[in-house]
Amino acid sequence: MKIAVSATGKSLDDQVDARLGRVQCFLIVDTETMEFHALDNASINAGGGAGIQTAQMLSEQNVKAVLTGNCGPNAFQVFNAAGIQVIVGVSGVIRTAVEQFKSGAFSQAATPNVAPHSGMKGGGGMGRGRR
Amino acid sequence: MTAANNRRTIAVASGKGGTGKTTISTNLALVLAQQGKSVELLDCDVEEPNCHIFLKPQIHSSKPVNVLYPSVIQDKCTGCGVCAQVCEYSAIVVVKNKVLVFPGLCHSCGGCTLFCPEEALEEVERQVGIVEEGSSSGIHVIQGLLDITELMSAAVINGVKKSAGLSDIVIIDSPPGTSCPVIESVKDADFVLLVTEPTPFGLNDLKLAVGMVRQLGIPFAVAINRCDMGDGEVQRYCDDEHIRIILEIPDDIRIAQAYSRGEMIINVLHEYKGLFVQCLETFFNQKDPGLNTGQDGQ
Ligand code: SF4
Ligand code: SF4
Repeated sequence: MKIAVSATGKSLDDQVDARLGRVQCFLIVDTETMEFHALDNASINAGGGAGIQTAQMLSEQNVKAVLTGNCGPNAFQVFNAAGIQVIVGVSGVIRTAVEQFKSGAFSQAATPNVAPHSGMKGGGGMGRGRR
Repeated sequence: MTAANNRRTIAVASGKGGTGKTTISTNLALVLAQQGKSVELLDCDVEEPNCHIFLKPQIHSSKPVNVLYPSVIQDKCTGCGVCAQVCEYSAIVVVKNKVLVFPGLCHSCGGCTLFCPEEALEEVERQVGIVEEGSSSGIHVIQGLLDITELMSAAVINGVKKSAGLSDIVIIDSPPGTSCPVIESVKDADFVLLVTEPTPFGLNDLKLAVGMVRQLGIPFAVAINRCDMGDGEVQRYCDDEHIRIILEIPDDIRIAQAYSRGEMIINVLHEYKGLFVQCLETFFNQKDPGLNTGQDGQ
């Protein structure tokens, strides 16, 4: 099975990055063979909707699951439509995370775990300054 | 209509919130109304309209602000993905031949509907806020209110501006900052009054705001709130840039008290009325404007 992991670097010994839409790159890992390749995230500098674009890009990779830290509602909806499992709250070394996934240690997120735009620079992002 | 030709629009703006923008716009409007002028006050700070706190208008009408977004006609859609390529805002995506629309991100540009080769999209309406009209002490007050989960303030600001136009003078209380909604609020104004405070932060935000109005090519001047505190840097900057300061409100505890009680300065502290009258005179006396876009100073 092919899965995507948001990554801080381009090897299995790098860490799982908590970000999704604003992450530098993903590792696309074959869980059977542990073969992988890195995929740069083109949406990292998108003005808005980065999570949506990222989710769309990953769905084109035909991955069956995504391991990441945080996933907002918009990206979540895209993954759902694409039939991709979303696993949030993942951290640590990528290789270990993939092994844990294989052993069934993770359960699929039923809901997004962060607010929209929360990955944007400055925290507030497109959100608003309602005082 | 003659009013349209003679109408003057003054936008009151500020590089950041909390500088006294609303205090100034409401008091200017009230001075004009007390002088018997026909005046409208547009509260374009649609995320947080607060002119009503001071003017307490009697609201007599309220209408929804709607925006368009695409809706998919499933039978016609082939999942070709053209709509997603057209959209600059990721408001429509196609995954596994299924179209997903994110109305909250849609800027209503109509591009996706226009380019869909199958005519599988139609534009439908949804409400993002309201525009309310009312009156207070002879001022026609129009305020916009963006629904709390919405992002498209520009649509509501537009709704507010479209409802205006019955009076000779329009005062716009614009949102704080220098982003799109601010530009939307001030871009059609004849004149912008930039409100600031004499602090390093105030100066920094003023510079951004000056950059914005110069870009827009609108004549402007500066109002300094709590003018007697600080180190004179804002005044020096305005001097250097040949920017006219046409209103200076002192740091007076009674003003803060009036503000916290929701009272108008010119009603409770009569000695300050002259400041606002003078400010308006400078603005209307176009023979000696001294009000410029700062270009000659460069
Ligand atoms: S462009 Fe039209 S036909 Fe193509 S995916 Fe979008 S809605 Fe469907
Ligand atoms: S109307 Fe414009 S912004 Fe809205 S979904 Fe279509 S292309 Fe995107």
